[in-house]
Amino acid sequence: MSTTAAEPLSATTLLRFATAGSVDDGKSTLVGRLLHDSKSVLVDQLEAVEHASRSRGQEAPDLALLTDGLRAEREQGITIDVAYRYFATPRRRFILADTPGHVQYTRNMVTGASTAELTVILVDARNGVVEQTRRHAAIAALLRVPHVVLAVNKMDLVGYEEAVFARIAEDFTAYATELGVPEVTAIPISALAGDNVVEPSATMDWYGGPTVLEHLETVPASHDLTGCHARLPVQYVIRPQTPEHPDYRGYAGQIAAGTFRVGQEITVLPSGRTSRISGIDLLGEPVDVAWTPQSVTLLLEDDIDVSRGDLVVPTGDAPATSQDVEATVCHVADRPLTVGQRVLLKHTTRTVKAIVKEIPSRLTLDDLSQHPEPGRLVANDIGTVRVRTAEPLALDAYADSRRTGSFLLIDPADGTTLAAGMAGESFASEKATVTADDDGWDF
Amino acid sequence: MTTTVTHVHGDTHSPFALSHLDSLESEAVHIFREVAGEFERPVVLFSGGKDSIVMLHLALKAFWPAPVPFSLLHVDTGHNFPEVIEYRDRTVEKHGLRLHVASVQDYIDRGVLRERPDGTRNPLQTVPLTEAIQQHRFDAVFGGGRRDEEKARAKERVFSLRDEFSQWDPRRQRPELWQLYNGRHAPGEHVRVFPLSNWTELDVWQYIEREGIELPEIYFAHEREVFSRSGMWLTAGEWGGPKESEPVEKRMIRYRTVGDMSCTGAVDSDATTLQAVIAEITASRLTERGATRADDKLSEAAMEDRKREGYF
Repeated sequence: MSTTAAEPLSATTLLRFATAGSVDDGKSTLVGRLLHDSKSVLVDQLEAVEHASRSRGQEAPDLALLTDGLRAEREQGITIDVAYRYFATPRRRFILADTPGHVQYTRNMVTGASTAELTVILVDARNGVVEQTRRHAAIAALLRVPHVVLAVNKMDLVGYEEAVFARIAEDFTAYATELGVPEVTAIPISALAGDNVVEPSATMDWYGGPTVLEHLETVPASHDLTGCHARLPVQYVIRPQTPEHPDYRGYAGQIAAGTFRVGQEITVLPSGRTSRISGIDLLGEPVDVAWTPQSVTLLLEDDIDVSRGDLVVPTGDAPATSQDVEATVCHVADRPLTVGQRVLLKHTTRTVKAIVKEIPSRLTLDDLSQHPEPGRLVANDIGTVRVRTAEPLALDAYADSRRTGSFLLIDPADGTTLAAGMAGESFASEKATVTADDDGWDF
Repeated sequence: MTTTVTHVHGDTHSPFALSHLDSLESEAVHIFREVAGEFERPVVLFSGGKDSIVMLHLALKAFWPAPVPFSLLHVDTGHNFPEVIEYRDRTVEKHGLRLHVASVQDYIDRGVLRERPDGTRNPLQTVPLTEAIQQHRFDAVFGGGRRDEEKARAKERVFSLRDEFSQWDPRRQRPELWQLYNGRHAPGEHVRVFPLSNWTELDVWQYIEREGIELPEIYFAHEREVFSRSGMWLTAGEWGGPKESEPVEKRMIRYRTVGDMSCTGAVDSDATTLQAVIAEITASRLTERGATRADDKLSEAAMEDRKREGYF
């Protein structure tokens, strides 16, 4: 629980963001500082941290203990798993996916980034952009996180020098732009001293931009949807068959992208049948128009066959349906993914049988080099795959829709989630997919 | 150094911005519908506490105008507040729901469970809960747990796979990507589902206010006979308190959480309305559990340990 006393109770918006940083970049300190300085840490939580810090022989309260929730994490002093944190300011509510920085936990960074609208990437001002920074930038680009913040930390250890910050920000922005990251905001901070995290720095008057929190409060969280392809995956068919509603037949789902209106002509995929929207119920209230991410129920003029797993789209704006999927996947399971393996593919509300036909390449995030035909992917690998599905799927490119362009590969034997998939081109910038022989990166 | 940030106070300008309550509501409804679409025998854990009341409200909206396609399960510790049991039964009746009750008292009477020396029955719920799940072959069990409640819960997935012993293994959780919840499980296993994962205590209260949801009276300030134990006000009653050394006094109090009488502490309060409760929580410098739950104070990893055993 986390609020300031002055918080108005009017409607605020929600921003989901993720943090990424190497082990010693001070990520836990930054998160602790954000929570602490925004008055989101309450007395009993702080007391628990102080008590635990003392019993470990530490003098100052270790803010990392606020975020390491598991016994094993506290024992080892590292973050193993994604944790979700909640805090609020008068302007906005935040859901923070606090992800571990270890390279072996790439899958956790992918998990955190998958729902994030913004990623904070931390670097140590003394080290600048390092391999791990490039990995984090590549994941943010791959997952198409709309906003990236570069937090140049430990400015106190480089004399708060503008030139140091400027060089790192330039290095990073150049690299991120090549990956196709649409927007980078660089902020010089000291998480330990509190410079530019919540309060503006008193020592870096050369910096005129926002603090980290200010930026989080003002970055646009919703986008103009008018140009988006509207998509509604059907989750559930609502048929009350009660005396009051004998003929009600509604198609319930969360709008994955764009907007739907009453009167609109729609097509149901994969069948291709068409009808017109006769009504939209927004959790019991009829509305004329609804948009992502609202959960709604669509009523159609015609009694056509629609069931869970179908995709409702505007007529004339349908993705191609296909049984051959080409995608980038991040392998998240401990057992490998191999060519010829039979899997289940979960796309929106539809789960179909599938077979891994090819693994054309494995990507090395450090330098973005492609290794052809690796034969298999192991935990934390990112690679391209070709998958053949038993039934046609209406898959968008992930670049067009994070929601209808993503899927899971699942082991049919025990239900293990094997891989996270993103259909279509890996990076927004074509230039980014060239091999390591390209110059411009110094390793 | 120039940065590419553009300062748009964008949300208020976008006609498509959703309020945080609308976003959370939409996400929770999506979760309810996913479970309805993918599972055979789901059940909603219903204690008559505010989180489970909000869960039921969301389920009613998710399937409107059809009835909720799940039954309810209450783990009755035998030390529940009478007002809460009354609320529970009235709610079940009002919405034509089916209620299963797993009774801790039955287990104690049969000699299967033994009363703890400290008298708290909250940890004793795990066995009746897991046995009820096995007996009724429930494959999805909705809980009102929120990640903001406790640091082990902050690590919990929305869809949390449990083995045939209902155990949670925090190191072997499935990554949860996008909104693609993987509910596959082997026979005997089940999935705990937490639609309120991303809600905070204040979100819950603001939603209750917005939706005009009725709550049991003990959430609002009232005069009650209480006694002090381990720094908390506990309701005096036949469950095992007070001891002779614990004098009873009448105080103006309310409850922030509702477990059973043996482990749920009250807070001093004069908040008799929803608005007053919200103002009080907003100003509070204590977390909900820190203020009122004895069982979380047993050790630094109390919740993690109980969850590993099958607690929700």
